Amino acid sequence: MTVTTAVAKTVDARGLSCPLPIVKTALAMRELASGDLVEVLATDPGSTKDFAAWSKTTGHTLVESSVDGKVFRYLLRKK
Amino acid sequence: MTATLTRPALPTALVEGLDDPVTEGEVKAKELVIVAESGDLERTWATTILASTAAAGEMKVSIFFTFWGLFALVRPEVRITGTNWMQKMLAMMNRPGIDHAKLSKLNFVGMGPWMMKKLAKQYGVAEPRELLEMAQALGVRLIPCQMSMDMMGITPDQLIDGVEPAVGAAAAIELMTNADASLFI
Repeated sequence: MTVTTAVAKTVDARGLSCPLPIVKTALAMRELASGDLVEVLATDPGSTKDFAAWSKTTGHTLVESSVDGKVFRYLLRKK
Repeated sequence: MTATLTRPALPTALVEGLDDPVTEGEVKAKELVIVAESGDLERTWATTILASTAAAGEMKVSIFFTFWGLFALVRPEVRITGTNWMQKMLAMMNRPGIDHAKLSKLNFVGMGPWMMKKLAKQYGVAEPRELLEMAQALGVRLIPCQMSMDMMGITPDQLIDGVEPAVGAAAAIELMTNADASLFI
């Protein structure tokens, strides 16, 4: 089985506050297939804990969580 | 050895969900029911934030709109609801539509909500209407209360698209009894 490393969709949630980064990501996930990668860009400092929790409740894997200056980047794989 | 289990007779509303495909090892989706009773801006905000977030977390979410909460479902272009003068007066004193919700405190003839929405925009917070639309897109069920519809003279065609047929208190109680969490906002 091949695992995709290419990002299928990017959700730009920069400048958006809770719960928009999560809600927009959930909406984006609906258009994707299982195994697809979603990249989320956010500036909400609460998003780090939100995405960790959200990945636990939904089962989508949080592949990567990083920060570059004020921009947080999350990489999620759809379950 | 194989054991045969007979499913006990359940009320129809409960049985409906049982045929949903649930894969082996997968947990049944948690359910959240919100009773939206208040039409106040801050409470409508809380309702729409929680509903959209729970739906994003793959919970099954239903909102039961009753009393002033029902006004949030009225179409934006509908100015006055009601058929008799009292119902019309109520709608005149308290304009229906989610964009016209007032703050319970510090409303100052609309100055409070205006400032609140201005701040929301500045801080990237979505307005209740946007959150309600996203909630709908994520499958949140919007259920109006029949009694409130009758008492306030609101007709189904005055409600936004995608709203389910109105139900009574017993149906709302049944939803809450079967849910994992219910909130009265």
